[in-house]
Amino acid sequence: MTDQLEAFRAETRAWLDANCPHSMRTPMTGEDDAVWGGRNYTFPSEDAKLWLERMGAAGWTAPTWPKEYGGGGLSADENRVLQSELKRIGARPPLFSFGLWMLGPALLEYANEEQKREHLPKIVRGEIRWCQGYSEPGAGSDLAGLQTKCEDKGDHWLINGQKVWTSYANHADWCFCLVRTDTSVKHEGISFVLIDMTLPGVETRPIKLISGSSPFCETFFTDVKVPKHQMVGRLNGGWEIAKRLLQYERTNISGFGSNTRVDVVDIAKQNVGVTDGKLEDRDLRARIAAHKMTERAYALTTQRAQEEAKAGGNVSHMASMFKVAGATLNIDRCELMVEAAGNRALGWSGEGFAPDELAVTRGWLRSKGNSIEGGTTEINLNVVAKRVLGLRDTQ
Amino acid sequence: MTFSLNDEQRMLKDAARDFFREQAPVARLRKQRDAKQNGRDPELWSQIAALGFAGVIIPEEYGGAGLGYVALGAVLEEGGRTLVASPLHSSALAGASALLLAGTDAQKQEWLPKIAAGEVVATLAVDEGAHHAPRTKSKLKFEDGKLSGDKKYVADGHIADLIIVIGADALFLVKADAAGFTRRELITADSRGAADLKLDGVAAEKMNGGAEIIDEVLDRARIGLAAEMLGQASEAFEITSEYLKTRKQFGQVIGGFQALQHRAAKLFTDLELTRSCVLAALDALDRSDKRIAEYASLAKARASETLHLATNEMVQLHGGIGMTDEHDAGLYLKRARVAEALYGGASFHRDRYATLLGF
Repeated sequence: MTDQLEAFRAETRAWLDANCPHSMRTPMTGEDDAVWGGRNYTFPSEDAKLWLERMGAAGWTAPTWPKEYGGGGLSADENRVLQSELKRIGARPPLFSFGLWMLGPALLEYANEEQKREHLPKIVRGEIRWCQGYSEPGAGSDLAGLQTKCEDKGDHWLINGQKVWTSYANHADWCFCLVRTDTSVKHEGISFVLIDMTLPGVETRPIKLISGSSPFCETFFTDVKVPKHQMVGRLNGGWEIAKRLLQYERTNISGFGSNTRVDVVDIAKQNVGVTDGKLEDRDLRARIAAHKMTERAYALTTQRAQEEAKAGGNVSHMASMFKVAGATLNIDRCELMVEAAGNRALGWSGEGFAPDELAVTRGWLRSKGNSIEGGTTEINLNVVAKRVLGLRDTQ
Repeated sequence: MTFSLNDEQRMLKDAARDFFREQAPVARLRKQRDAKQNGRDPELWSQIAALGFAGVIIPEEYGGAGLGYVALGAVLEEGGRTLVASPLHSSALAGASALLLAGTDAQKQEWLPKIAAGEVVATLAVDEGAHHAPRTKSKLKFEDGKLSGDKKYVADGHIADLIIVIGADALFLVKADAAGFTRRELITADSRGAADLKLDGVAAEKMNGGAEIIDEVLDRARIGLAAEMLGQASEAFEITSEYLKTRKQFGQVIGGFQALQHRAAKLFTDLELTRSCVLAALDALDRSDKRIAEYASLAKARASETLHLATNEMVQLHGGIGMTDEHDAGLYLKRARVAEALYGGASFHRDRYATLLGF
């Protein structure tokens, strides 16, 4: 490592030591500890608020984004140093944000200067919480069939239609949204607009899931007037942005479950019984072992892809493969946890079940969505077959 | 940890790829088989040795190149692609590893240069029954420098000059021309051949180390074999994928059918995951990682599963032509099952992995 990087490491370590509150150096105890930010956000603790403010001011919630847009302006090497220092002290992520993970990278690539300056700094500081207006009741896997209408009214866009599966739309301040600007063509008639959720005519309604939670909403747009400058990219050029953004999303969902604390082996040991150091249910033991191997293989493959990307290889086309493998892995893990815990993971509520037992049940039900959201497993296998393997209908 | 090859390793891999594609395509295995050679191809072996492939992991002081396991793994992977029938794995990886780990100075001096030059073919004799069960089920007896017992299904046992016999807690060197050593040649499904060995008071030299060294030797053999299997699985997949792009039915290429696209995409994903495990395991050997046992079982189990799936899919997706002897699919399928069983299949290594992880 160069002297420069070593100096950066020393500075970073000192800064984190002075600025990361001690309670933010403990493992998260659950989803409630995640900080999402936004205009009307209630922070889980004062320390969480302080941690976000400090990291946001330093631009380190988005370490590699350019400084002029509020980012940290770090090189890839410096970012690796930062991440390793954060990991070293066990720091919690200061911000969970669709703006950081999905919209921001797309804006950096496709937005004009004015749009970047307006939106990126607020994403970095967690001041605006974004949601994603993609799916519609009639456009799920066939996303490009979307119908939400966007008309040019001279000094504004007029938007009418309905979105569905909008994650946390009820908590979001703004929505990045795919709309139809030309009905005579399919993919080439879609545009990408940014909509302030406080505008008249925007309504959200939470959807209750089989797990009992409501992370998704229906979002309705009725005669919503959006300023002209909030269209990203060219008119009818939204599909390209949409696809790129889906790659970010897929990479993100595929990372689910990798940092959960409860281990299926521990659950199995507690509930199945152990003789001579081996789980008594040998069939379950073999299946857990196979799962653990896949988990390790997946982690190693992620590492390999990062190494190849660093060496200049184009690995963006692999996003669909990681999405399929990551979702399958998490679903399998949740199924094994429920099986290993037996009746203890089949409660729904009340005093008869401990919170961590109920969490296994709810987590298992929630995991069923992993192979549906962000492009179903089937759609992503199509993408792998066509784009990676070059299998086509006609040849 | 690294997954990428350095320049030296890359050059070696390219050289191996070119050589095997030109001099030892699958057609060569087919020719050997039809001539009932049962894996014997001395001319090919001397070419392989002349290229230095037999001395890749052997240090320079013993006449090798000292390039390590990532390098030899790359050569084995390329050889796996064309189903090269040679004792490269048995001798240059497994045999050489045993001598490096357990050989006395004198044993290393005597044998490693010959193995590196390809003049001596070495192999490991491990199992005594139908399934891989090292150490636990050995009935070998060693008294006054004489070794007695049976070893079965020894890979390249029919052509080996030097046998490293693995007992319950010791390793022995046995020469194939020693008195009391007899072998029965086995004609195996993969056309590579093997042998059952009978040791009847054979003069044997005890090597250094006990049970722990045995596991280390076997783990190196497993990782090396996983590299060969990765090559076989990759080639089986690529041949199949090409077929999907050319075979037409119902007026279109069958690769346009979603049912087949999904099977190909899943197999591809599986293969990518397995590739990472094999490369990580080879790298772990060169780094002397402490968790070699975990890496070895991970690599061998995943390689076994992936190769199993890839060869089954190869036959099925080719349809009737895949069932014919004329097509290569059958050769990949047969080699796959032999390689899966050798040094423990997926089920053996899942069990071991669970034990290593403490459950």
